[in-house]
Amino acid sequence: MPHGTLPVLDVQDLKTVFKTRAGEVHAVNDVSFHLQKGELLGVVGESGSGKSVTMMSLLGLLPMPPAEIRSGRVMFEGQDLLTLDPKGLRSVRGARIGFIFQDPMTSLNPVFTVGHQIAEPLRKHMGMSKKRAAERSIELLELVGIPDAGRRLYDYPHQFSGGMRQRVMIAIALACDPQVLIADEPTTALDVTIQAQILELMKELRDKLGMAVIWITHDLGVIAGIADRVMVMYGGQVVEHAPVHELFANPQHPYTSALLKTIPSISGKRAARLTVIEGQPPLVLGAPTSCPFRDRCAQAMPVCAVKVPPRYDVGEGHDAACFLVDPLEVANAG
Amino acid sequence: MLDNPAKPLVSVRDLKMHFPIYSGLLRRRVGEVKAVDGLTFDVMEGETLGLVGESGCGKSTAGRAVLRLYDITGGQIAIDGREIGDTPQSQLREMRPTMQMVFQDPQASLNPRMTVEAIIREPLDEHTTLTPMEKRKKVAKLMDAVGLNRKFAARYPHAFSGGQRQRIGIARALALNPKFIVCDEPIAALDVSIQAQVVNLLEDLQEKFGLTYLFISHDLSMVRHIATRVAVMYLGKIVELADRETLFAAPLHPYTKALLSAVPEPDPALARNTNRIILQGDVPSPSNPPKGCNFCTRCPAVMDICKQVEPEYREVKPRQFAACHLYNET
Repeated sequence: MPHGTLPVLDVQDLKTVFKTRAGEVHAVNDVSFHLQKGELLGVVGESGSGKSVTMMSLLGLLPMPPAEIRSGRVMFEGQDLLTLDPKGLRSVRGARIGFIFQDPMTSLNPVFTVGHQIAEPLRKHMGMSKKRAAERSIELLELVGIPDAGRRLYDYPHQFSGGMRQRVMIAIALACDPQVLIADEPTTALDVTIQAQILELMKELRDKLGMAVIWITHDLGVIAGIADRVMVMYGGQVVEHAPVHELFANPQHPYTSALLKTIPSISGKRAARLTVIEGQPPLVLGAPTSCPFRDRCAQAMPVCAVKVPPRYDVGEGHDAACFLVDPLEVANAG
Repeated sequence: MLDNPAKPLVSVRDLKMHFPIYSGLLRRRVGEVKAVDGLTFDVMEGETLGLVGESGCGKSTAGRAVLRLYDITGGQIAIDGREIGDTPQSQLREMRPTMQMVFQDPQASLNPRMTVEAIIREPLDEHTTLTPMEKRKKVAKLMDAVGLNRKFAARYPHAFSGGQRQRIGIARALALNPKFIVCDEPIAALDVSIQAQVVNLLEDLQEKFGLTYLFISHDLSMVRHIATRVAVMYLGKIVELADRETLFAAPLHPYTKALLSAVPEPDPALARNTNRIILQGDVPSPSNPPKGCNFCTRCPAVMDICKQVEPEYREVKPRQFAACHLYNET
């Protein structure tokens, strides 16, 4: 492990499959990553890249069947989350690992007040009294910047705007002082000016509370502004992983470089034509036997069709799963 | 497109679309949502006018109102020299072939029980007297034009991915050789790597068929790429309209400035150095807009006059329109 310190969360070779009538969909293939204290790890990928399923797997939130976790280890506070029984998992989830989902409208229960929903984890996990939980709920709402928190406690979710609802979700996730916060596209449903508010808030909270954050998004712009390290996923695999500056300045995987080129920028020179990645993201049926990106890759070599590329180290804390970075394979391809 | 003095294909003056709110036992009319409240703009022949704004600002309503998918509350709309603002829906039918729409959600806007061929052919059935053979040929040509394999004509929408479904929607919009197409968030539901494919397709088609677009989007970086001119909406009104380069390089209105600074910059070196303008609060309700300027509740440069008098929308600099008291010499 880099930095010599023990990571808060350490995921090794996680493999999740879905059994469908068409066959086994290998949604997560040998995904490994770790998370240091106080660090913000960005996870980028398109829909179907396996980024959300990875996080749901480690929280035990996938319906099984059809899902099945084939192998892997998820070390958190000295125990493997994958070996915990449902009760054990519940004591971790929402307490020491908090999470936020994409859509703040559907993740809150419309028939309970916001105060009730924030107090729920406090009473359940921390054994707080009703009164103490209400006090703490007010503190939390103030922490996430909801004005007039004492009164808003008694409001229902529909009385909040989208941005405010997402703040409530963050307050719930933070309720029990989690070590790790997993945020799955938390700003995708929000407008840019509201997104900017939430991103500022997250940075502030991370510095103040020192928790580690996993931030899942498809928006490279958001990643550039907030992440320390970035993991790029494609077809259920980690294709590249690097510190944020390194990834944007020196991408090694053809998918990462293509992705960086497809997004138009708001400043700088305007391209006459957008670069496109031709084709569609893959659906990985059966165990992968090749590079998931090879059909869309302009630099694909014969070896890409017969082997899954391993994650090669290409620099300080930087790895890429591509045969192009292996001089031996490139030489073989002639 | 040649840069000769362009003439407007679409001309909108003081367009208003208010939706009534009914409440109480007798369902009495208690107010109205001013979704679109006095829009004035032109779309030049062959250009792409970008219409941007946050959710709820009325940009989609504006797009639909321009095509008269609603009976508008007030104002004039001229398309291709013909006034359609108060034309009854029955007479609008004959105008429909000129103006078409591409919708946001390709999942919801295609009938799941119709084959791709039937979907693309439907406008031809409704508006033309072509023989079945001619229609079949036309559909095949359209499928080629949008990059769909002809072999898939007999398949149903569910068999296609999001990007391909959007291509079906575009082919349908093109079927009657329209001049003007309203694209309502055509790429919002698509993956990043697919968005570029659809945007490039729209640009190719524009060049090939001489189309004029009203491109509605919340994605400012994409609008910067595709639009010739850009209009920014806030709470039912256009706050600024200018040429693309001007709007992105030298915006006038404080809302435009804030909106541009809120767009995440996909470059970590730049992203952490820019001074973001973080707007406080949320957009007010369009059923109860503030007095004076609509933006006065969140504006970082608010003055006393802003809370009293609504600013006039005028040409502040050549070809740059804005509605803001900061630029009124008094």
